[in-house]
Amino acid sequence: MSDVKLSTDEVAKVASLARLDLSEEKKELFAGQLNNILSYMDKLNEIDTKDVEPMFSPVEHTTVLRKDVVTKEHTRDEILANAPDSDGQYFVVPRIV
Amino acid sequence: MSSLIEKSLTEIHSLLIAGEVTAVEAVKACLDQIEKTEPKIKALLAKDGENALKLAEEMDKQGPDASKPLWGVPVVIKDVLATKDITTTCGSKILENFVPFYDATSVAKLKEAGAIIIAKANMDEFAMGSTTENSAYQTTCNPCDLSRVPGGSSGGSGATIAAGQCFAALGTDTGGSIRLPASFCGCVGVKPTYGRVSRYGMIAYGSSLDQIGPMTRTVEDSARILNVIAGHDKRDSTSVNCEVPNYIEALAERTDLSGLTIGLPEEYWGEGLSEEVSEACKNAIKKAEELGAKTVPVKLSMTEYAIATYYIIAMAEASSNLSRFDGIRYGHRSKDADELIDLYTKSRTEAFGDEVQRRIIIGTYVLSAGYYDAYYCKAAQIRRLMRNDFEKAFESCDLIAGPACPTTAFPVGELTADPLQMYLMDIFTISLNLVGMPGMSLPVGIGKDTNMPVGLQLMAPAFGETTMLQAANVLEKNLPDFSKPQKF
Repeated sequence: MSDVKLSTDEVAKVASLARLDLSEEKKELFAGQLNNILSYMDKLNEIDTKDVEPMFSPVEHTTVLRKDVVTKEHTRDEILANAPDSDGQYFVVPRIV
Repeated sequence: MSSLIEKSLTEIHSLLIAGEVTAVEAVKACLDQIEKTEPKIKALLAKDGENALKLAEEMDKQGPDASKPLWGVPVVIKDVLATKDITTTCGSKILENFVPFYDATSVAKLKEAGAIIIAKANMDEFAMGSTTENSAYQTTCNPCDLSRVPGGSSGGSGATIAAGQCFAALGTDTGGSIRLPASFCGCVGVKPTYGRVSRYGMIAYGSSLDQIGPMTRTVEDSARILNVIAGHDKRDSTSVNCEVPNYIEALAERTDLSGLTIGLPEEYWGEGLSEEVSEACKNAIKKAEELGAKTVPVKLSMTEYAIATYYIIAMAEASSNLSRFDGIRYGHRSKDADELIDLYTKSRTEAFGDEVQRRIIIGTYVLSAGYYDAYYCKAAQIRRLMRNDFEKAFESCDLIAGPACPTTAFPVGELTADPLQMYLMDIFTISLNLVGMPGMSLPVGIGKDTNMPVGLQLMAPAFGETTMLQAANVLEKNLPDFSKPQKF
């Protein structure tokens, strides 16, 4: 694991990858907190995990895919009912850019 | 409290089915209590009193239906679960006006069983927190002491039960988010085995950790809710297709704890545990022994690595799950963006709170190309070692017992400036989410120093809810009576 701690610039870079824009004040605050947290996580290095198979989920059964059949669980009216705006057939969305 | 609102779910259901109380009376009693207590406790977000009353009136017209195990019972749902035509915010500004057109499976099952949804419970934003101080809307107060936190992230669910605003609530538990507020508020909270309850319609935080469960006043009430919500759901690929026992019937099969072996992990009973929590939990274990249980020491040697393992996995999954909130598909959209990436960034920056941003950044970092093996993969390997640890421990015992939290509820604001210290509060609950096994918090007393509730955590092997609920039920019925403080 990393011995190099995160600088404020690196925090800003990771944040931008996550589509977040941090203020200078928050960069400073997060850098301190994240370094503290990541240092704590470094304790996992104490354990030798060579040859240990990773466990990504407690449920390890094979996901059975459903048959590729078209189903209609909801009507158009139900789906449009709570939308902020619609033309009765489609969602009307604000211009994105 | 009115006498009606002091009843357990099981008691109110019996009265409803017998026609001694109408569904309207039950709903009105809860709404009155909400009106009286909510200004101080702030446990609830969207309230649906008018529709709840309308539904109750219709149900009363048709008459009680004994085949429905929750007929006429007012319940509250944590705001992380989709509720048809009721705002579902997940405690976040980014979903401020989101009204789903469908119910989460667990909510649909409660409705089919006759329950009446009266409100949504406040929570830490996207279930990230241990105190319900991270909600974008309000901080919930602990009904036992308004200056203290109710626990989190299902703090709204815990507080609403403790304040007598409803007869049952649904919470979700990713790292202890049902058990911790149950412990802090003095109610029963059950985290079922991963895969036991469908997660369809739950807004995901850590997909391999999240599980939905009941929060109630008694063990029997939790068993009743679990009977309703457990079971396979083809819409959730992680839902397990195996038979669901009748938990209520199973409770009647055990009146003492003879033949039961309870493991006591030394890692849960030593350093860092407050004196008052230790004392109350030890008294409960002593009572279990008097009731016939045998106790044995067990070793959970990976406990000290649980927090680090958990937060790497949870934050990695969170950063991935929350990428869908981009200002396009849901909720808040920034008004002053110039181009597409700018729109994503501004929308997310404006709408996510600090804790969510912190976790997304760490999650993005540990999943990044250079660090994936060092953090995420390493944590997943240790997760397997932790499960091996638990499986080995369960070779010598039926259940494991320990405190749910090292302390009782602490004052609002005490840990907000230090996220790592906040994460450390989950030390006793987190392991079970990593290994997918069930656990629950049972109120066992009041701490001598703080006069706040203490919860004992019972843990079972995967799909061992029956034994866990049976043991908790016996203990609950035999522990000395302790009255919980109420300050509202």
